[in-house]
Amino acid sequence: MTTNIILAGVGGQGVLTVASILDLACLNNGLFFKQSEVHGMSQRGGVVYSHVRISDDVIYSDIIPLGHADVILATEPMELLRYLPFLKKDGWLLTDSETFENIANYPQKERILDTIKTFPNHMIIDASEIAQKIGNAKASNLVMLGVVSNHIPIKERALRAAIKSLFDKKGDRVLELNLKAFDAGREYAMELV
Amino acid sequence: MRHIVMGDEAVAQGALDAGISGVYAYPGTPSTEITEYIQKYKKEHHLDIHASWSTNEKTALEAALGMSYAGKRALVAMKHVGLNVAMDAFMNMAISGIHGGLVIAVADDPSMHSSQNEQDSRYLAHFAKIPIFEPSNQQEAYDGVRHAFNISEQLELPVLLRLVTRLAHSRSLVTFNVPDKQNEKSFIPNIDRFKMIPSKARPQYDKLVAKTQVLRSCAEESPFNQLSIGHDFSLGIVASGIAYNYLMENFEHNKCPYSVLKLSQYPLPYEQLKYLNDTCKQILVLEDGYPFIEEQLHDFFGNNNKVIGKLTRHLNRTGELNPDVVAKALGLKEIVNVEVPAFVQPRPPQLCEGCGHIDTFNALEEIQKIIGNKQIFGDIGCYALGALPPYNIISTLIDMGSSITMAKGAADAGVFPAIAIIGDSTFTHSGMTGLLDCVNDNAPVTIVISDNSAIAMTGGQDSSALAKLKNICLGLGVEPKHVRIMEPLPKNHEKNVALLKEEINYKGVSVIISQRACVRLPIDRKKIAKELSYV
Repeated sequence: MTTNIILAGVGGQGVLTVASILDLACLNNGLFFKQSEVHGMSQRGGVVYSHVRISDDVIYSDIIPLGHADVILATEPMELLRYLPFLKKDGWLLTDSETFENIANYPQKERILDTIKTFPNHMIIDASEIAQKIGNAKASNLVMLGVVSNHIPIKERALRAAIKSLFDKKGDRVLELNLKAFDAGREYAMELV
Repeated sequence: MRHIVMGDEAVAQGALDAGISGVYAYPGTPSTEITEYIQKYKKEHHLDIHASWSTNEKTALEAALGMSYAGKRALVAMKHVGLNVAMDAFMNMAISGIHGGLVIAVADDPSMHSSQNEQDSRYLAHFAKIPIFEPSNQQEAYDGVRHAFNISEQLELPVLLRLVTRLAHSRSLVTFNVPDKQNEKSFIPNIDRFKMIPSKARPQYDKLVAKTQVLRSCAEESPFNQLSIGHDFSLGIVASGIAYNYLMENFEHNKCPYSVLKLSQYPLPYEQLKYLNDTCKQILVLEDGYPFIEEQLHDFFGNNNKVIGKLTRHLNRTGELNPDVVAKALGLKEIVNVEVPAFVQPRPPQLCEGCGHIDTFNALEEIQKIIGNKQIFGDIGCYALGALPPYNIISTLIDMGSSITMAKGAADAGVFPAIAIIGDSTFTHSGMTGLLDCVNDNAPVTIVISDNSAIAMTGGQDSSALAKLKNICLGLGVEPKHVRIMEPLPKNHEKNVALLKEEINYKGVSVIISQRACVRLPIDRKKIAKELSYV
C-alpha cells in the first residue's frame, strides 16, 4: 500500500521541513519512501511543493500520478487548490486557514475557503493562530503535521522521534515549541473528528 | 544501513566512496547539492580533497582533467547549460582520453523548472563519443557513479552521468558500500596523447572512433541495462533513466506484460534493441528529454513505423515525462480528475524583502524613464526577476555573461546608451572577457555589476568575485574614473540615480559596482562582505 501526500505552501513556511520529518520517520519505521521537491528559483514568497510517497513496498515514480494523492496538506489555502488534479477521489484536503497574500491579484479568501468546503473530506485549521498561541508563530507547519498524522501510515512515536532528531541541534526551547505545535495539531484534528 | 539522500547527494556519496580526490563545480540548479554535500562531508570527516567552487564550468572541467592527468579521480558537477561553457574541454578530453577516473555529473532540467532551456546532455556526450550513465533512482545514482569511475579508468574516457531535476531533487533510501581509497599520484608512461597538436590528435581521434565498438559492448554487458521479456509482443518498451519509474508506476506488482529494456548505460546496446525490434510489433521509447534514443532507433532499423514516442506525438515533445503521460502512451485508462479553479493565481518567485537588487532596479527605473525599456541587457541570477513585473527592467536574458557582450554589440550597432546588468559571480564566470572586448573597442556601454557577494540564486555559495571586482575592471583597462561604486539602499536613491545618469552619458566603458551583500547571507559572511566592500 502506498500513501501519497502532497505538501504545498509558500517559500519560507517550512513545507520542506515537514517533508524532512516524514522522511526521517519513514526511515525509523522501516518504510519505503520517495520525496521529491521543486524549489529551484523559489526565494521567499514563491511556490514550494513536495510529493511524499510512503509504502511498505518498492516505490517507482518520484512524482505522484494525477488523481492519486490521499492527502494534500497545505500551509496556505490557495496553494492547496493548485494541486487539486492530484487528489484521489475521497482524498483529504488539509490546510491552514491563513492566507499569504503577496501577489496583487490574490483571489478573495472566502472564495478559496468555500471551494475547499465543497470537498467532503476537508479540514481548515487555524494553524497559524494555534502556533502563535503556543508562542512560535513559525511552527504552523508542525501544527499541520500534527493534523495530518492521523492520515498517514507512520506511527506517532516515529514522527516525534523524527522531530526530535531534526530540531535537537537548535536547542531545547525550539524543540519543545515544535513538539507542542505538533501535539496541538493532533488534538485539534481529534476534536474535529 | 540505509541513508536518506536526494539524487544529487547519492551521486556525491558515490563519488566520495569511489575515492575521488576532488570535486570541481560551479553551482547551478538542480546540480548544486552534489558539491555542497561533498563540501559538508569533507568538513565533517576532515578529508583531504578539493571541494571549493570553481569560477565557471570550463575552469572546473579543466582542473578536473589536470587531477585526472596526475592519476587521481575527479568528479565534475554542473547543470546542463554549464556543459556548453565547458564544451571546448569536454570535446577534447574525449580525444586525449583521461588517466585517473573522471566523471562529469550533468543535471538536465526538462520542463525548465529553473533554466532557460531543456537541452539534453546525452547528445553532447554522444557528440564527444563518450559513455553515458543515466540512473533511474537514488540507489542507482550511488552505484552508477562508482561504476562510472571504474569504466572511465578502464576505457580511459570521461563518463557523463546524466541526471534530471526529478531525480536530482528527490530523496529516498540508499545503501552505501565499502569505500575505495584515493588513487596514488601517477603519470602515464607516454603523455603524448595529452599533446593535442594535429599530428598527435589525428591518431588519438582514430583511436576514439575505433573505441565505439568497445563502448557498445560495454553497454551490452552492463548490469545497468536489463532486458526483461514479456508475454505480450504487441509492444516492446525502451525506458531510460527515470522514465523507467513512470512506466512501472502504471503496473501493479511490477507486472508489465511487455518486453522492457531498462536502460541506464549508453551508447545504446544494439543487440538488445534489435531483439525488441525483431520480436515486438511496436517499440515505445520512454525517455526524459529530447528523442535521443528514438532518433537512433530510426538509424538502426530504418523508419519502419514501428518506433513510437515523442516524434510520433505519443508523448509530449517538450517538457518532462510523468506517470500520466506514460499511461496515456500505453493506452491505459485515464483518471478523470478535479481541475484547478480558474481563480487560482500563479505565485512567481520574488526578490527577498530588503534585497539590494531591488534598489538597483529602482535606480535603473529612473534611467528607463529617459531611455525607454529596450536598452538594458540582463543576465543570469536572482536579478533575472527584473525581466518580470513589477520591475520590467531587463530586456534580454540569454546566457551567463551575455549582458555585457550584447550591450557591446548593440552599442556597435548604434544603440546609446547600452546598459548591462550582471551579478558579481556571473561577471567572473563569463563577463570579464566581454568587458575586455568593450575596453579594447572603447565601446560606449554602462555595465552595472549588482554585487551581492554571493552566488545567491543557488543558495548563497561563495562568489569568486569577492573583493576583486574593482581590481579586475581596472586590470582589464577600464578607466579608474569610470569604475564607480554605489550602495543600493533606499536612502541613496537620488545619489545613485545621479551617478547612473553621469555614466550613461559617457561615451566609453563605464562600470558601476552596486554593492550590498545578499540579505540571505548568514551574519558572519555579511560582516566579511562589508569589511571587503568598497562602499
